[in-house]
Amino acid sequence: MTKQVSLTINGTQVTVPEGTLVVDAAKMAGIDIPVFCHHPKLEPVGMCRMCLVEIGRPMLDRTTGQVVMENGQPKIQFMPKLETACTNRVSEGMVVMTLSDKAKDGQQGTVEFLLTSHPLDCPVCDKGGECPLQNLTMGFGPGKSRFIYDEKLHLEKQVPLGELIWLDRERCIQCARCIRFQDEIAGEAVLGFDERGRNTQIVSLSDPGFDSVFSGNTTDICPVGALTTADFRFGARPWELKAQASICTQCPVGCNTTLNTRREAKSGGDIVVKRVMPRQNEEVNEIWLCDKGRFAYHYAESKKRLTKPLVRKDEKLARASWDAAVKLAAENFSANKKDFVVLASGRLANEDLFNLKSLADTAGGKAILYSDMAGGELTRLVGVGAGTNIGTMGAGDVILVVASDLYEEAPIWWLRVKQAADRGATLIVANPRATKLDRFAKYTIRYAYGDEIKTIHDFEKKSKISDEFAKAKNAIVFFGSDGLGVSGTGALASACANLLKDTEHVGRPNNGLIGVWQRANDQGAFEIGFEPEEDLAKALKGKSVYIVGADPVGDDPNLAKALNGAKFVAVQDILETETTEIADVVFPAQAFTEREGTFVSGERRVQRFYAAVPAQGDSKPDFAITSMVAKQMGVILEGSSPSVVFDILSHSIDAFNELTYEKLAELHGQWPIVGRGDLYYGGTTYENTQGLGVQLMPVAQVEGTVKLSKVRKEAALRPKEKELLAVPVNKLYDLGVTIASAELLEQRIGDVYVSMHSATAKKLDVEVGSLVKLSFDGVNGEAVVKIDDTISTGVVLVPRSMGIAIHEPTLAKVK
Amino acid sequence: MGVFDPLIELSKGLGETLRSFLFEKTVTVQYPEEKRPVHPRFRGRHVLKRYDNGLEKCIGCSLCAAACPADAIFVEASENTDEKRFSPGERYASTYEINMLRCIYCGFCEDACPTEAIVLGDNYELSFYDRRDAIYGKEMLLEPVPSDQMLTPRKVEAGVFTRSVPEMKDPTD
Repeated sequence: MTKQVSLTINGTQVTVPEGTLVVDAAKMAGIDIPVFCHHPKLEPVGMCRMCLVEIGRPMLDRTTGQVVMENGQPKIQFMPKLETACTNRVSEGMVVMTLSDKAKDGQQGTVEFLLTSHPLDCPVCDKGGECPLQNLTMGFGPGKSRFIYDEKLHLEKQVPLGELIWLDRERCIQCARCIRFQDEIAGEAVLGFDERGRNTQIVSLSDPGFDSVFSGNTTDICPVGALTTADFRFGARPWELKAQASICTQCPVGCNTTLNTRREAKSGGDIVVKRVMPRQNEEVNEIWLCDKGRFAYHYAESKKRLTKPLVRKDEKLARASWDAAVKLAAENFSANKKDFVVLASGRLANEDLFNLKSLADTAGGKAILYSDMAGGELTRLVGVGAGTNIGTMGAGDVILVVASDLYEEAPIWWLRVKQAADRGATLIVANPRATKLDRFAKYTIRYAYGDEIKTIHDFEKKSKISDEFAKAKNAIVFFGSDGLGVSGTGALASACANLLKDTEHVGRPNNGLIGVWQRANDQGAFEIGFEPEEDLAKALKGKSVYIVGADPVGDDPNLAKALNGAKFVAVQDILETETTEIADVVFPAQAFTEREGTFVSGERRVQRFYAAVPAQGDSKPDFAITSMVAKQMGVILEGSSPSVVFDILSHSIDAFNELTYEKLAELHGQWPIVGRGDLYYGGTTYENTQGLGVQLMPVAQVEGTVKLSKVRKEAALRPKEKELLAVPVNKLYDLGVTIASAELLEQRIGDVYVSMHSATAKKLDVEVGSLVKLSFDGVNGEAVVKIDDTISTGVVLVPRSMGIAIHEPTLAKVK
Repeated sequence: MGVFDPLIELSKGLGETLRSFLFEKTVTVQYPEEKRPVHPRFRGRHVLKRYDNGLEKCIGCSLCAAACPADAIFVEASENTDEKRFSPGERYASTYEINMLRCIYCGFCEDACPTEAIVLGDNYELSFYDRRDAIYGKEMLLEPVPSDQMLTPRKVEAGVFTRSVPEMKDPTD
């Protein structure tokens, strides 16, 4: 344990760990020292001079080195001038005075100076109402100014740093929080200062502007209204917004979010989500949120929302009553019990998936997870132990990322892994091509597509890397689907699980396997017993299919063909898709913003989300629709209360260990302190008041041991001399339904592309930027060529969900 | 008491009536043909003011709604461009509604307004057939433009109207 140090702040005795900054020590004791440039997550710089306080230290006798005593008390020697509380670390016996006349005078002077070049346009500023400068001016300012108004500095007010973030140069107080966030935390130094003195300004150093997926966070920590988001620009005043806790649905990290809602005229006076803000959960997303999570929420309000049940009549879909639609589906499912298939995706909540699985089980059907990734049964066995917090990993620990581009697949994991590496953890990145994480890796292993299993098996051999992995205090393995499909990821997961078990990195906190799944609740689906299918088209053909939260027809022409040959198709979704067009029955479901439920994150944390806006049309929550269908089929499932469904779920699945909604809503103290009352300190991130969730224990942790089956030796698909192998990779901003509705992100989605080695391009006689025709396995597509010389030759990378249906490595032709 | 005393008293009274009829100004106002002027600080139905150049004073800051004790005001803001300018500066009110049934005419909105855009006028004739009609929109509240060239939104010279709030003057002046 770190050494504790005692000091006195404003007459109160405070004991904090050695090395704490005075400003943080005061905050821990509930004393507010005003700050602008200091942020508890950033390194101190002492740029704004707002935290000026009087600091005294015990006087030491020069000859003996002993503390000089006076009237039985140590004699305190104060510095002649004020000191910054954000750059001074605590020392034993220190005396700090934050409210003395001298300190107050210093703080008032700083505020007065800052306001000399601040426009005071609070009425039109998006930050007005949740602005540290406003609050600290009221709390610590002089109340009046001696400044000559004619000398007020006028600068540009609308400077787009990128298409997502706007800068108002007048409002900037040059605290550099945004620059430092990008440097220190995001590790992408795309912002910087330009010029000097009063002309100092923030500029974007990248092309395109502000090229970072974490850019939205700078608007949270900006202590003034200098940085605002294009998405929320003039959206509402902060005090008019209601806040409701939610969970981000974009990736398996499970970032905690707060949905801010308000009535909106253009939506006909309906209550809508106005913005998505991060919500503190130090074990998941800390106080950050990636831009995809922040800006891609618009799909729930899309005009394409389904609002009424539809039934096919005379080749056309026509509106029908719930009763008629449910009855039709139930009759068809009952009539084809042997051929009943439930196809559901990880976009659904646990409650929905549990009801679907129960229905499939009792009706004798099959429950298939719509995913390109397998290995969920292994994360159940050797997933990370309960108590895992990547934020506590550091020197002596190892993180291995294999076949995953975390930056594109799960940005907040990327951020946390990068920071663990900064703290001294050994990062090993094994990937067939260069990724943004390589820069922070101690070891980078580059293998050819198809060699994933071999690469993991090499860890069993003696080498510097495998030694370090085996001897690590803690080790976590992230495995993804870069260049892999269902069978490939299944085999890779198995290899990783065996490696972890052999090196005894299972069943403990900060140890185990994490799947970088494609959707937010894939882990939950695996827990409930869903399995992906290697040959999905075959599994659907001629069946009676109940598709929930997925668009197989739009995703893949082969699946479209299979579903056209299905006996009966019922589709349950929130949006009109190409799959709903071929359906016999369509059920309108509620979006995650409109209902309650739970997700299981990739780190196996069960977290609750709450209803923030009223449901659209006649839509119902997925679990309720399933229960209606089940009732018609003679199966009784809970359909009214999500918490009751969850109770049944947690009593029937061991891993959930009788969890309840109440337990998921429990809180414990978190550091740093953030929230509405502490805007100046932590930024506008919301405090967590609605639950931190509970991490599930993997079998290895419950039982102490675990049995793993041997790794399936996959015959890796490798391109021969004249062949070309198309492999799937993942892209953050793709054309998936959950992103495509966000107009702001359109620019970041870009064109459909394929990338390959320059030698491959030469061989195929195609040029950079040219349009090529790609065909494989019944799929045809056009894409622009990109060159990446870190890819092995004979391979062409095809991003998933970008218009060309690819699920697993396959031989292709390029023209 | 004499017999005629009541008559004397009666004629005294009638005399007073006659005097006031002949010599005093009439108090009764023939409303609605005739209207009595209101006091200078009378608080009637709101008006959204314009600058002399016709641009709207309202910048959609929603401080009136924040100050409103009856929650009668709803404001939504949007962004101005020089091509389509409603008000000076970046921001204008794209939606501005006051529910006149909720309003208590306290005038807090006037006090809160940083641009003196909302003013409680002298109109007290508010009646509706439908509760929905009691919600006055921006088009009803905005005062008419002085001339047709001054309609909003309108195209203006770029870079002229950059400030939402009129420049603060040096307090020592």
